[in-house]
Amino acid sequence: MKRRKFEMAAVPGNAARGVDDRFQVATPLRRLLNKVFPDHWSFLLGEIALFSFIVLLLTGVFLTFFFEPAMTEVIYNGSYAPLRGTPMSAAYASSLDITFDVRGGLIMRQMHHWAALLFMAAIVVHMLRVFFTGAFRKPREANWIIGSLLFWVGFLAGFTGYSLPDDGLSGTGLRIASGIMLSIPVIGSWLTSSIFDGEFPGTIIISRFYIAHVLLIPGLLLALIGAHLGLVFKQKHTQWPGPGRTNDNVVGERMFPRYALKQGGFFMVVFGVIALMAGLFQINPIWLFGPYEAWVVSAASQPDWYVMFLDGSTRLMPAWEIYIPIGDGYVIPPLFWPTVVLPGVLVGMSVLYPFIEARRLKDFRSHNLLQRPRDVPARSGLGAMAVTFYLVLALSGANDVIADKFNISLNAMTWGGRIGLLLLPPLAYFVTYRICLGLQQHDREVLAHGVETGIIRRLPDGRFVEVHQPLHREDGELEYVGWVVPKKMNRLGALGPAIRGFFYPIEKPAEAPVSPAPPVDSDTERSEISSGERR
Amino acid sequence: MTSDNDRRRGLLARLRGRPASRSRGRRRLGAAVRLLAALMLAGGAYTAFAPSVQAQDTPMSSAATDGKALFNESCVSCHGRNAQGVEGRGPSLVGVGSASVEFQVGSGRMPMVRQEAQAPRKPPVFNDDEIRQLGQYIQELGGGPEVPAGEDLHKDGNLAAGGELFRINCSQCHAFGGGGGALSSGKYAPTLKPATDRQIYAAMLSGPQNMPVFGDNQITPEQKADIIAYIQETLNHNQDPGGFNLGRYGPSTEGLAIFLVGIVALVFTTLWIAGKS
Repeated sequence: MKRRKFEMAAVPGNAARGVDDRFQVATPLRRLLNKVFPDHWSFLLGEIALFSFIVLLLTGVFLTFFFEPAMTEVIYNGSYAPLRGTPMSAAYASSLDITFDVRGGLIMRQMHHWAALLFMAAIVVHMLRVFFTGAFRKPREANWIIGSLLFWVGFLAGFTGYSLPDDGLSGTGLRIASGIMLSIPVIGSWLTSSIFDGEFPGTIIISRFYIAHVLLIPGLLLALIGAHLGLVFKQKHTQWPGPGRTNDNVVGERMFPRYALKQGGFFMVVFGVIALMAGLFQINPIWLFGPYEAWVVSAASQPDWYVMFLDGSTRLMPAWEIYIPIGDGYVIPPLFWPTVVLPGVLVGMSVLYPFIEARRLKDFRSHNLLQRPRDVPARSGLGAMAVTFYLVLALSGANDVIADKFNISLNAMTWGGRIGLLLLPPLAYFVTYRICLGLQQHDREVLAHGVETGIIRRLPDGRFVEVHQPLHREDGELEYVGWVVPKKMNRLGALGPAIRGFFYPIEKPAEAPVSPAPPVDSDTERSEISSGERR
Repeated sequence: MTSDNDRRRGLLARLRGRPASRSRGRRRLGAAVRLLAALMLAGGAYTAFAPSVQAQDTPMSSAATDGKALFNESCVSCHGRNAQGVEGRGPSLVGVGSASVEFQVGSGRMPMVRQEAQAPRKPPVFNDDEIRQLGQYIQELGGGPEVPAGEDLHKDGNLAAGGELFRINCSQCHAFGGGGGALSSGKYAPTLKPATDRQIYAAMLSGPQNMPVFGDNQITPEQKADIIAYIQETLNHNQDPGGFNLGRYGPSTEGLAIFLVGIVALVFTTLWIAGKS
């Protein structure tokens, strides 16, 4: 029998040819795989959100196998002794079962929750990167809007998921949510009773939240994420200005293999960090909260961090009730302003910001190059203002915990929050603006006068001056192009290239030149010092 | 002059009619006897109807005497002589009972270091014997609630019932995890972690500082044992199955952790990955 020679090396090529013969995908696939992505650490922040979303889907599917989304009353008889014999909803009982009786259930629950917190945190960090670098400008306004919506849809996903276990803490949150909906003028009571099917809490809200949490909202998230990534592909990624990089090209790595490999590795790291946090840090100990009962409440009842700014705005809001004498009289409760109006204004402002800025600067061109935050002090100042506003609200959301643990009066915390909310954002704007101008000035100064060498020279008349190493030739002049200006002699090759290796050196350190150079023996050869990286 | 005298004479004397000439000495003697009789009647009636005062008259036990000496050294400046309280400094301790003394002195809250919103827990100044003597003194001074004997007050407690009672009555201020929480104007509900069975029991009975009193007709002694069992067995001695509990402060420290650990670790990863090109 004749044995055919089997060539291992030819297998991928043959398989690929076979696929292309049948589906004709080589041309579009080559285009896709050859797509170039610019490389910078700050471009990887959005991926954290994407990867934690994948972890959310995986762990969430596991949880659905064991969760029972019903509010029928059962008597708990599982392995957690301090709740045995307690009447509770089936949802809470099955959450306890996942925690204590399903193998691996607790870590899955904790991974799901940590991944949710990480998802929202990465969205916010990514959004800040996009904002401060001006990546939202034309032509990418639509993607900015989709991103803002992703935050709010993620917010809803988080809130519905947080409510599902039907424990004492989440029930308190649900009660507050029903109060917020009730505060909406005219439609409030209808809205609430249609969502809860009558009075709070009713008997169906968990089932409704469940279908929203596992189907509707994830579907919406998937669609928005798809559109978000599709637009990044279509419009190409922005890049930092620099040598060879213009508004009309993209300099970076091809999608395949390097970029894809890096992303694959990064996914594993994100997965690992979530798993590690879930294994090390306890999150949402629902067994301590007990089943939700309308008469049960706890000190330090807070929502998850991304909702905490609304809790804070509620705590800071003075009790201003507006009474409208129409008919029997009509009341707009104070809760309406910090929890319905404020988020509405925030959504509007974030969605409209690209257009507002373009209009203000009369800048309607397309921008594919990023801006350093220092080059646009007004925008950076506004961003700092928004971050400060948010931080004051979020800290006020936890003001009872802070007051208790740091021995501050809760009343002082509340007043500090009220005053801080008005004073600190403008202060942050001013400080950021000045810092941006200072950094700009220093960049331009180095371009004009050169890098400080640290060499002090005494002039004949007795003055001391520091010698500067100019970056340009005698007669030339350098223009600031919006990218890093070297400010240390090391950057100009004075010390040779930096030793490669992130955690430990992966090469022998180059011999550092000594200045002024001592006379060298002729038999020892000195290597040339280059300024660039060695490959 | 005689009519004046007539008017000044007592009622009984007037009813008896005009007396035969009695000597001034005999009249004085009669008045004295009558006064004595009236005083004895009033005093007798008072002692008959106010037995607590009679109790105070009985000599204090030796422990209470020692306690009184300690009181007069360390407590009298704020709580006043005979523990009657000093306006603006310290309340009266008449009737607070030994439960209150055991809680306040046993947890180091009393004597206070300074006047502030609330006395914090600190290492106790007095030893167990002295605390017992002080408690005995306050108990004999005005009565009040007492903690039952024994160190382990929760051995018959039902965890599930205790948990339910804890969530209904205690978690509003002490939080689900028993870590405590803020009240208004610098006041707070302390953490339950270092509290002993007797201190928790005494706190429920006496309602120290800003805590309401949970008397035996509101929460029965059996229910108190349930609550103490839940606090000690579940909250204090049960390990957290999910790992480090982040102080059991709820979502606020969880939010801090996701930024300080999760985001920081991953931003370093992005620096690492992007540095590899």
